[in-house]
Amino acid sequence: MIEAIVGPLVVMAVLAAIAGTLLGIASKVFYVWEDPRIAEVENVMAGANCGGCGYTGCAACAAAIVENRAPVNACIVGGATSAQKAAAVMGMEVGAAEPITSENTCTGGFRAPEKYYYMGVQDCRAAHMLYAGAKECGVGCLGFGSCVKACQFDALEMGPDGFPVVKVEKCVGCGACEKACPKAIMKVRTPSQRILHMNLVTDRLAPCRQTCPAEINIPKYINHIKNKEYDKAYLTVMERNPMPLSIGRVCPHPCEDACRRALSDDPVSINQLKRFCSDWVFDNAAQVKIPVAPDTGYKVAIVGGGPSGLSAAYFLRRLGHKATIFEWMPRLAGMIRYGIPEYRLPKEASLDRDIKRILDLGGIDVKTGVKFGEDFDLGSLVGGGFDAVLFSIGAWKHASARIPEEDTVKGVIPATTFLRSQTEPGVGDPYPIGKRVGVIGGGNVAMDCLRSSVRMGAEKVYCLYRRTIAEMPANKVEIEACQHEGIEFIELCTPTQFLTDDDGNLTGIEFLKNELGEPDASGRRSPVAVEGSETVIEIDNFILAIGQATDSSFAEIEGAAASRLETNRGSIVVDPDTHQTAIPYVFSSGDSAGPPGLLVAAIGGARRAAIGIHKYLMGEDMAMPETRLRVDARRMKGHISNTMFDSIKGVEKKGRIGQPELEPGSYERQHTYAEVDLTVTEEEAVQEANRCMRCCLTCYNEDA
Amino acid sequence: MGDLILLAISAILVNNILLIQYLGNCPFLGTSKKMDTAVGMAMAVVFVLAMAGIVTWIVFYVILKPFGLEYIRTLVFILVIAALVQFVELFLKKSIPALYAGLGIFLPLITTNCAVFGVCIINIDNEYGFIEMLVSSIAYPLGFGLALVLFAGLRERIIIGRVPTPMQDVAIALVTAGFMSLSFLGFKGMI
Repeated sequence: MIEAIVGPLVVMAVLAAIAGTLLGIASKVFYVWEDPRIAEVENVMAGANCGGCGYTGCAACAAAIVENRAPVNACIVGGATSAQKAAAVMGMEVGAAEPITSENTCTGGFRAPEKYYYMGVQDCRAAHMLYAGAKECGVGCLGFGSCVKACQFDALEMGPDGFPVVKVEKCVGCGACEKACPKAIMKVRTPSQRILHMNLVTDRLAPCRQTCPAEINIPKYINHIKNKEYDKAYLTVMERNPMPLSIGRVCPHPCEDACRRALSDDPVSINQLKRFCSDWVFDNAAQVKIPVAPDTGYKVAIVGGGPSGLSAAYFLRRLGHKATIFEWMPRLAGMIRYGIPEYRLPKEASLDRDIKRILDLGGIDVKTGVKFGEDFDLGSLVGGGFDAVLFSIGAWKHASARIPEEDTVKGVIPATTFLRSQTEPGVGDPYPIGKRVGVIGGGNVAMDCLRSSVRMGAEKVYCLYRRTIAEMPANKVEIEACQHEGIEFIELCTPTQFLTDDDGNLTGIEFLKNELGEPDASGRRSPVAVEGSETVIEIDNFILAIGQATDSSFAEIEGAAASRLETNRGSIVVDPDTHQTAIPYVFSSGDSAGPPGLLVAAIGGARRAAIGIHKYLMGEDMAMPETRLRVDARRMKGHISNTMFDSIKGVEKKGRIGQPELEPGSYERQHTYAEVDLTVTEEEAVQEANRCMRCCLTCYNEDA
Repeated sequence: MGDLILLAISAILVNNILLIQYLGNCPFLGTSKKMDTAVGMAMAVVFVLAMAGIVTWIVFYVILKPFGLEYIRTLVFILVIAALVQFVELFLKKSIPALYAGLGIFLPLITTNCAVFGVCIINIDNEYGFIEMLVSSIAYPLGFGLALVLFAGLRERIIIGRVPTPMQDVAIALVTAGFMSLSFLGFKGMI
């Protein structure tokens, strides 16, 4: 009995000993030197042998890293930690490896209506076989959680609303969920890839998000505010808009005009929420980390450090390029520093903080007080080693009001000069303003001039406009603020001549009354002057605020490299998608790339230009996809079909929060540059965020 | 001689180790996505099986049978094949780096592969003599290689075909393998 057990045991032991000894000897005899770093690198990897890196097992991947065939962040599962350790073994800087995360782009879930009752296999891919799933929405989440099952890292769960929720801290960006989703709702992307993505007609976009010229993910950041995650809300805004403190104060918010909630009561106060979360982050000094792609080695020169130039520098830097900003004024931010008055945009509390956040990314150089065409030109930039050049030189030349002697009469000032002289002491000539001031124009710049004149001590301020108040392009709130501050509006008038005293000083202006005639190309009825209706008002100063143009005179100089640029009424002609000019390595964005427009549009254009430059530098196809969504925010046209409704049902009416402001008539309001519009409180912000219906293409939360 | 040819044909086609005996399915599915890897795997299996067949046959008839220990052959064969493959790997790495680079990752993968192990058992169960064992140990892996390479060719085409989403990847591969198995059943009765 014992023999029956001992015998085979002995045989096995002897065989094992022989095999072991032979292998031991063989490992010495047949020893081959191998880089010890391979074993070290393998040790810091996830060790799952998953093949996600594209190599056969961790050992092969480690060998590839050591032999420089693969980047140190090749191990997807190990993520940034593994990449840093591998880089330490290899003795090199990892460069901030960009975090890859998964994102769910549909917020439909249970609320999305169904077209039939599905009782089949509880799996998205099976459900998708039957008429692309039961949901009425063609691109919506089917809600069976195939992605949740596919996730190996417990980073996805089925949320309470019937669509998956990503736990960002656990997500490693392996891409299993994206593969499992038959509707392409799960997107696994790096921050760079997200910056490079333009809105497409096939995306799941709420009306506000379709309308925003900067393509900010509005429902997402409002949802963060609702959950009191203000830093996450800020980071969501920063993916598309690097200057939220400033824009949150001055944006005319076309998104709110598209807000679906407006069909029931009032639109959500989107811009106030953006301003609130951005203010919160800075006031509480919250730590936010903005990832930057590893260096590409390319350098981009940005001519003009205004909002568009700064934004382009920010996006280019995040895509891994270095940027140098050349600014002709003493400080950055262009027209929003030298054009927008302090009471509307406090420079230190908002603008400077925004700029610091952008420059804190590192890799962005700033040279101020240098002017293109005088201190440097295209040739010297190319010679200086720049691979691409971006013109974001704004529109600083004022347009003519076609009134005789407007350039010579003392007391007639272009709006840009007037605003600049008071926003930055020491820049431009200070203009002493008289007691009676007239401003011609109906845009926001005119409103700024009007309200600034009040603050400079003018007692009687007139606004002259050739059409009626209803047709003014300025923001409604600005016009109302002017009325609160006692400004008199003279509608329907055409100035004909200036009245002067013997020294050539302005004393008054004569104008004709207008009548509205036939509608012109813009759809507005054009004013026609009435003969014999001459009226005179007495004024000491007259400000021309009827529009600006780009000073592109450098493109007219014969023989200069920049003369190859094409211009149209001053603006530089660009491809509307890529922002490339007639010179392949030169791009243009902001006001200098087209008719001057909104600040938020300049930032959207900056991102398109940054994408164009990135693709140009990386040698990629620059054409934007055919399916790119092009929405005209001014005319509210071009939205994805069937997403703009005429009415909505079942939404309880809840008014929106008001705009807290300085008391009209108070000393601060009338005589100082203290900020007029104030930030809402936290309670108000959360209350307003709860009004957001978190819309998607067609469905929305009725009970919001 | 005729018997040996019959044995070879039977091992390659009629009793194909993959498609008729259903052994070694893991590498069959795992390494058949690309023709290159399939060929590498086939070569590695031929190489390892020829060695393993010889060694296990000797161990069985020299050690196990005289001592009446046939019943522990499973344990002993695993030990012997594992040690052998490790040894061969070390040897190749040093002496024939080109061959090592070619077989690469596949050698350790088939250390205790069921197809390798199965052929060793078949050799013993059918009481083959040394020559017959040698023919069988080479012919079976050739059959393995034939099936694997055919399958890889099919899968390379399937990848570019329009496969419905739920059927993609492993599902369509298993269905394809099933059809191949059916067609190989046609060789039954040839011998």
